[in-house]
Amino acid sequence: MPGIKNKRNEMLLTIPSAGWLILFFIIPTVLVVAMAFRNADPYGGIGNSWTLDTFRDLGNPDYPSIIWRTFWLSLVSTAVCIVTAIPAGYYISRLSRRYQNIILLLVIVPFWINFLIRIFAWKVFLHPEGLFKQLLVMLHLSSPESLLLYRTEAVLIVIIYSYLPFALLPIYAAAEKFDHHLLEAAYDLGASRLQAFMRVFIPGIRQGLLTAVIVVFIPALGSYIIPDIVGGPSAEMIGNKIAQRTFVDRNLPHASALSALLILAVLLPAAIGMTRRFFKEKNSASLGI
Amino acid sequence: MEDFLVFEGISKSFGSHKVLDNVSLTVKKGEIFSLLGPSGCGKTTLLRICAGLEEPDCGRVILNGEDITRLSPNMRQVNTVFQNYALFPNLNVFENIAFGLRISGVKEKVIKEEVFKYLELIQLTDHAYKRTDKLSGGQKQRVAIARALINKPNVLLLDEPLAALDLKLRQRMLVDLDNIHDEVGITFLYVTHDQSEAMSLSDNIAVLNEGLVEQVGTPAQIYEAPRTSFVAAFIGDTNFFEGDVVDVDEPYSTLHIDGFTDVTVYNDKKIRKGERVYISIRPEKFSVSIQKPELPEKYNIVKGTVKEIIYLGYHTKYWVKVNEYLIETKRLHDRYMLDEKIITWGDEVWLSWHADYCYMLEQYKLEDEALLTLPDEEIMAEIESESEQQE
Repeated sequence: MPGIKNKRNEMLLTIPSAGWLILFFIIPTVLVVAMAFRNADPYGGIGNSWTLDTFRDLGNPDYPSIIWRTFWLSLVSTAVCIVTAIPAGYYISRLSRRYQNIILLLVIVPFWINFLIRIFAWKVFLHPEGLFKQLLVMLHLSSPESLLLYRTEAVLIVIIYSYLPFALLPIYAAAEKFDHHLLEAAYDLGASRLQAFMRVFIPGIRQGLLTAVIVVFIPALGSYIIPDIVGGPSAEMIGNKIAQRTFVDRNLPHASALSALLILAVLLPAAIGMTRRFFKEKNSASLGI
Repeated sequence: MEDFLVFEGISKSFGSHKVLDNVSLTVKKGEIFSLLGPSGCGKTTLLRICAGLEEPDCGRVILNGEDITRLSPNMRQVNTVFQNYALFPNLNVFENIAFGLRISGVKEKVIKEEVFKYLELIQLTDHAYKRTDKLSGGQKQRVAIARALINKPNVLLLDEPLAALDLKLRQRMLVDLDNIHDEVGITFLYVTHDQSEAMSLSDNIAVLNEGLVEQVGTPAQIYEAPRTSFVAAFIGDTNFFEGDVVDVDEPYSTLHIDGFTDVTVYNDKKIRKGERVYISIRPEKFSVSIQKPELPEKYNIVKGTVKEIIYLGYHTKYWVKVNEYLIETKRLHDRYMLDEKIITWGDEVWLSWHADYCYMLEQYKLEDEALLTLPDEEIMAEIESESEQQE
């Protein structure tokens, strides 16, 4: 029975990565969520009793606006990254192999510089005495008093800058595999360029798009360094609050509750998507389709 | 019948490579018109120009009296069946076929009716909601045809539609295609490199070679009266002879063929005494026999040695050496085992044929000899060493 043997081999091969994920991802996540139900002790440790107080504390009047900002920043940055990466991925995939490699290298080169340094570079760039701002003032496009840095918009720009390559790579990979004859077939059947693009190309790179959304949206939700460096108090995100509760207030259960909220926000859509897919497959299987 | 689809002086180059050179063709309404030629002859490019997927460097494409040369592909009343099918992998069979109607905004109810009508035509009603990757090659091909036909194009363009199928399936699909054509009555422009496909399906064939039209005609015209050595050698097998006119008469003349013999030929074109002419004789035109046959007038007869035999069931191929010529002949047998005496290697045989069976070519190129079928290398080497010894 080669089928069964294959299954067993598959399981064996899965053990290392599954073990790693369980030990360093699932267990810590469960611990963080569990911690949210503990009380905080006055010395910054975790208390002994179970409580729901921490969740009550989430009613903090500052939170709704921070949560809202975190979500819209993540959504907008994801949308901008995807919308920019689709045409870019399409055109890169149509270039000759040589130019494809050169462009991909250019996309990857910035990663050789430490992330923190790149964010600091943005701070310098946007700083009131920085190059960009000075240039704008010189061109009379901006007044010397106005501020580019320490604003929500600055956070948005830097998030987009940071995650665009992560959106581009999976979309490019999908576009590269896409059979461009399908677009010709669509034109031939009467589709305009836009219709062919929307009805044939976009569904054709669906998997790449999904990956791109996940790798941009989830890290964007958890942004901490970017708003910390280029944002100000008016551009705080949940990540900053978690850090503040952990390092400044020394209230680990409260920080855990905030983290749990973030985890829930990410898991819920994924869970809904997966169940819907499951039922769809079950339905089509029972219909014999 | 009117001229429906007209190509006027179409030229197209990719870089420095000229793919089509001043090609002019006329396709009549409702016919199956084939573009036949070896790979790289420009046939697919011409089809893509018709579909609007390529733009010609010069020349015009006229469909139903309207110049469509610069029209974008989605605005043309033509649809294509692509060589690799190009079915949309994200859509099932039904949605693939419905694609064109959805684009043009047809009502859902009508779409359903129409799609099922065409599913019935291609006999895939039971597979309507299957994913296309679950279909066999032949089924995919039929979906591609239905997806194109449902838009009721003026011309259906078929780009090597059967190339990816195995032999048996290809033969079945040929019959299916013919039936579909009879049923829908749409003009077909059919691109193929397979002469037997083109012969069995087409009303008219254009033979293309290196971007030029070699000949346009019905399958019988192309086979029986090839204009050039390329057409003669590319479609079926043949033998070429190079001779000088020694005696002109009406309607038969005499040629002296160096290294062969003098032959009587029918005057397919105007010839003068002393002129050099090239003739083509198809292998099946020769009759092969061990005993010298009694022949009426206007028959030619020569004696040769059998060098190679390939038994193919309903017929046998013999390569017979006559002086300097190695001649391919074909002999049908309806009662092989009962034939006089079975011909074998080294036998002396008589080849005979009527003067009408030769065909004078208008144009001959030495390189087209490369298209002829020859016995395998070993036997060719043997034959060559023999003739060297004789010298």
